[in-house]
Amino acid sequence: MNTKYEDEDKLLIFEITEEIDHHTTEKIRRKMDNEIKRHMPKKIIFDFNQVTFMDSAGIGMLIGRYKTIKMLGGVAELTNVKPSIKKIFEMCGLVKIIPIVNKCA
Amino acid sequence: MKSLYENEMKLEFLSKSNNEAFARISVAAFASQLDPTIEELADIKTAVSEAVTNSIIHGYESEEGLITIICKIFANTILIEISDNGKGIENVEIAKEPLYTSKPDLERSGMGFTIMESFMDDLEVESILGLGTKITMKKVIQKKEINSDKQSEGKIFSTFRM
Repeated sequence: MNTKYEDEDKLLIFEITEEIDHHTTEKIRRKMDNEIKRHMPKKIIFDFNQVTFMDSAGIGMLIGRYKTIKMLGGVAELTNVKPSIKKIFEMCGLVKIIPIVNKCA
Repeated sequence: MKSLYENEMKLEFLSKSNNEAFARISVAAFASQLDPTIEELADIKTAVSEAVTNSIIHGYESEEGLITIICKIFANTILIEISDNGKGIENVEIAKEPLYTSKPDLERSGMGFTIMESFMDDLEVESILGLGTKITMKKVIQKKEINSDKQSEGKIFSTFRM
């Protein structure tokens, strides 16, 4: 996973580069939480451009990070989501709390 | 021994989380002989990943055990059995409910069974407390129409000639 931080907008971007399952979420989660603690952002973007697989473990992980950013008074967005993964987001109703935005940040 | 099925395979592996990717990729590779679409293959991979993760997290918890996957192909259908000898599910109906999780502290979404049910064409769960759980899923791979474009072209052409 690559991380970008834009200071003037307090924007933290996570470019996830691995398949997301129960095994990989543990590492991704730890890295994300460290970055959030370090920057205290107002907005998080989860960039799914390089994500080719995700199961429900990803939903749990995203909801967890969403709760954190909400506590900091910020928002979260998803971008570059492939159709097979979008299907899971929609089924779980995740798009209602973390919207999918069609732009490359 | 002659199998009732056109093709069969069996996998057995330890309940380690880094085997989740191995399991879904192996099943997808076996399923690819039915010529599935990318979407059908993604559905199968996701459902397998959910079932295997359940066996690891809930079936065996922190213990290590074996997970068995048997895949059978018949006509355009793939049957996938995923079983463990773990602790079993106390109440399958409750476990299958969307958003239910027995481990909320682990940030689990509780959507595993819901995803398996909606991505596959059939799902059966057999579980005996203290003995283990067996998930049986079925997916029908839709037949692709070959040369459908040529056929419709022909139809248009014959309409023109009339």
